[in-house]
Amino acid sequence: MLDLTYDTPKPRVIAGAKYDWELVIGMEVHAQVSSNAKLFSAASTKFGAEPNANVSFVDAAMPGMLPTINEYCVEQAVRTGLGLKADINLHSAFDRKNYFYPDLPQGYQISQLYHPIVGEGEVLVEMGDGTARLVRVERIHLEQDAGKSIHDMDPNMSFVDLNRTGVALMEIVSRPDIRGPEEAAAYLGKLRQILRYLGTCDGNMQSGSMRADVNVSICRPGDYEKYQATQDFSHLGTRCEIKNMNSMRFIQAAIEVEAKRQIAIVEAGGAVQQETRLYDPDRNETRSMRSKEEAHDYRYFPDPDLLPLVIEQAWVDHIGATLPELPDAKKARFLNDFGLTDYDASVLTADLDSAGYFEAVAQGRDGKMAANWVINELFGRLKKDESTITQSPVSPGQLGQIIDLIASDAISGKIAKDVFEISYTTGRDPAEIVETEGMKQVTDTGAIEAAVNDIIAANPDQVAKARENPKLAGWFVGQVMKATGGKANPKAVNQIVAAKLKP
Amino acid sequence: MADLNTLTLAQARDALRKGETTAQELTQSCLTAIEGAAALNAFVHHTPERALEAAAAADARLAKGDAPAMCGLPIGIKDLFCTKGVPSQAGSRILEGFLPQYESTVSQNLLDSGAVMLGKLNMDEFAMGSSNETSVYGDAVNPWRRKDDSAALTPGGSSGGSAAAVAADLCLAATGTDTGGSIRQPAAFTGTVGIKPTYGRCSRWGIVAFASSLDQAGPMTKTVRDAAIMLGAMAGHDPKDSTSADLPVPDFEAALTGDIRGKKIGIPKEYRMEGMPAEIEKLWADGVAMLKDAGAQIVDISLPHTKYALPAYYVIAPAEASSNLARYDGVRYGHRAALDQGDGITEMYEKTRAEGFGPEVQRRVMVGTYVLSAGFYDAYYNRARRVRTLIKKDFEDVFADGVDAILTPATPSSAFALGQMKDADPVAMYLNDVFTVTVNLAGLPGVAVPAGLDANGLPLGLQLIGRPWAEADLLSTAYALEQAAGFVAKPDKWW
Repeated sequence: MLDLTYDTPKPRVIAGAKYDWELVIGMEVHAQVSSNAKLFSAASTKFGAEPNANVSFVDAAMPGMLPTINEYCVEQAVRTGLGLKADINLHSAFDRKNYFYPDLPQGYQISQLYHPIVGEGEVLVEMGDGTARLVRVERIHLEQDAGKSIHDMDPNMSFVDLNRTGVALMEIVSRPDIRGPEEAAAYLGKLRQILRYLGTCDGNMQSGSMRADVNVSICRPGDYEKYQATQDFSHLGTRCEIKNMNSMRFIQAAIEVEAKRQIAIVEAGGAVQQETRLYDPDRNETRSMRSKEEAHDYRYFPDPDLLPLVIEQAWVDHIGATLPELPDAKKARFLNDFGLTDYDASVLTADLDSAGYFEAVAQGRDGKMAANWVINELFGRLKKDESTITQSPVSPGQLGQIIDLIASDAISGKIAKDVFEISYTTGRDPAEIVETEGMKQVTDTGAIEAAVNDIIAANPDQVAKARENPKLAGWFVGQVMKATGGKANPKAVNQIVAAKLKP
Repeated sequence: MADLNTLTLAQARDALRKGETTAQELTQSCLTAIEGAAALNAFVHHTPERALEAAAAADARLAKGDAPAMCGLPIGIKDLFCTKGVPSQAGSRILEGFLPQYESTVSQNLLDSGAVMLGKLNMDEFAMGSSNETSVYGDAVNPWRRKDDSAALTPGGSSGGSAAAVAADLCLAATGTDTGGSIRQPAAFTGTVGIKPTYGRCSRWGIVAFASSLDQAGPMTKTVRDAAIMLGAMAGHDPKDSTSADLPVPDFEAALTGDIRGKKIGIPKEYRMEGMPAEIEKLWADGVAMLKDAGAQIVDISLPHTKYALPAYYVIAPAEASSNLARYDGVRYGHRAALDQGDGITEMYEKTRAEGFGPEVQRRVMVGTYVLSAGFYDAYYNRARRVRTLIKKDFEDVFADGVDAILTPATPSSAFALGQMKDADPVAMYLNDVFTVTVNLAGLPGVAVPAGLDANGLPLGLQLIGRPWAEADLLSTAYALEQAAGFVAKPDKWW
């Protein structure tokens, strides 16, 4: 694999009234495990079902019901860990996090506080300007999702939908290595890209498949480096956790406004209280969720209904052997094998569908040309229709045909765009379009020569000028193209015009 | 033939197979006995129609020669087991009106084995108690009374209804559950046999949880042979319970040779408690002599951490219970308190749980919440877990030294009077479990065998503790003890 080296991005600096301040951010990302069944029950995880349709006796916490681990969810967590180059813990265990809430039927969430299944890993976050931040992942643990309380259906009643109850989540906890709002969004984006490549989470933030708790603190320039050297958190400011964010845009806004709030407090001589806050996008502010007195004591303890989770190294190895090519490796390969620019390689590896489409087009063709056609023509056209690559009316084979037609001089680049548009709107094969619509360019030098001769004969003055100034040859080329309806091979026309105009 | 309801499982089984009686006759005989025993308050939900239907089906199977181990045998089920379509309240008001839509694995195993369920049996609320006095249904009453004394005695707890029903011949056998002694103590108080199997031998699925790492179901029967028969029908691996062991279930009855020659029986010195009644001392000594006479080798052993067992148990069990009982919140099933205008979810929880749980359950939920709370977790819960490991190791060490089973008293006294402990410190009640909790903490099998009567004519039991998964061997030793003790006394029928 290519050894990719990057410069690290500059941390975001916010100027306070008195000092400059830097941001320190850590994230806890809750990613819903792609699995048909829940973490501890066989109930379906399908999104959008009737309320309380996907609820087993276990999910409803009926008396005497017991959880049993869904092996596939464990496999997905291991796959995710391997995808983040993380340590896999062959021995992990489940704990109960106790609190009362109507959408938490057991009265506790089964999670992994003390012994998570995945240990230290990393995510390379590219910032698009050639810089990249290596964000360390502290741990990934498996846990149950809660249900949904609905308070706005009836003026006097609240309702509970337990469909989500018990759905498997991976909580991916980063170290405080993120240094600005843009980096936070880019980290989440990169994580989502990796999980989608792995097939372990669909990454759909709107439906709640991915949500983030964002820990924000501020420090003076130089303090973060002291923390890094010692891993001593006392060099950093007191953090606040902004809960349950599911929009990249809001995450950035929330970090910005929370940092400014903390700066104002500290510069006024106050102290930031460690607490959980919620972001209100309407008022662009964060608000305290609960006071210290109301803080939960979760009374974590090992879940006695579940044995420790012990997995075999051979099984982990097997999952590792079937891991797909991941974004960083794919991008490196695209750079290396197809000679793409960094930007094009990033765009084409953003998701598996785009990468797969591009590779099908580029197979046995010029990579740069393929990238150009996929990004500029196809993506541009799809964007105009608010459509996506999976809905493309032009197949990779058809786009390949267009490139082949250009390469074989059958059509010019200009005609190719017309052919693409016809193919896009009708779904017809480019080769057939060129044939049927008579769009094939004229490469018969005899015919071109005749056309050139006609124009030279009709324009003696122009000929004289062009012989003095060869730059004016272009006018003749244009006239020939006009006369041939744009179908003449421009290269051939250029050559013949140049030869004829030679003094 | 004697009254059919007084038969043992083995006797009734053999009579059924010989065609000397029918399951329907047996069942009817038990139903009649139950009707006449309201004073014992043992059965709290009655299912006579269902029982007679099951008996008819069993008779049909018997006629075809297709008779599994428990075919046609009428039994009672502790209220802690969820039984499909039959009220299952765990002796608590909070599960008022709850009708499970599922059958617990153990009761299903029994039904599959042909057993006839007569109804649900009284118990301490959520199995928390040693006298059956915390039950929402009121006290179950021991069929035994002191000589020349009509005071009502406790059948023990928490499986008090099960013990009373078996001792009074209301059913041939019953299920119990044992978290700290809830099978063995009531068995000892009623002159019956009760075995708590190795943790993981019986599935916990569908049994209302008290303390998940300690709870285990077991049979309560009239004889050791019956315990062997019924345990075989209850046990087995269940994929729905992660803590259930994937091990074959041996033929426990076939293993009852009673030949214990050469077996090493350990006598733990730490179980000789200060202030232990002389009668208990004597019973224990008699038990030692009986086993010795039967050819066993008696060895003095030490289980040094025994004295820490009771405190550790009363940290771990409430901790787990406080979490296990969080689901009883009035949201989805069972009791929900009537709310006042303006009450929110917190008021609903508080009022529902205050009304639904009795004082002992509330006490344990509070203790459990406390020991798990921030700042106290290490001092209580973690320390208790370490003690538990040491207690387990005590047993492992003596078994590694070749000890086959350990003989101890089952209880520190005979049955006490109902109400007698009403004003006592709760800890005085907890002391009832002093000989039994170690077995739960270590996950071992333990069996209580009736071995004699005290001066008041009340039954006393001895406990045998076995190696993990060695129930077959343990039951065979218990059988030898039962033969040697020759306990045949029955309570005089006063009810």
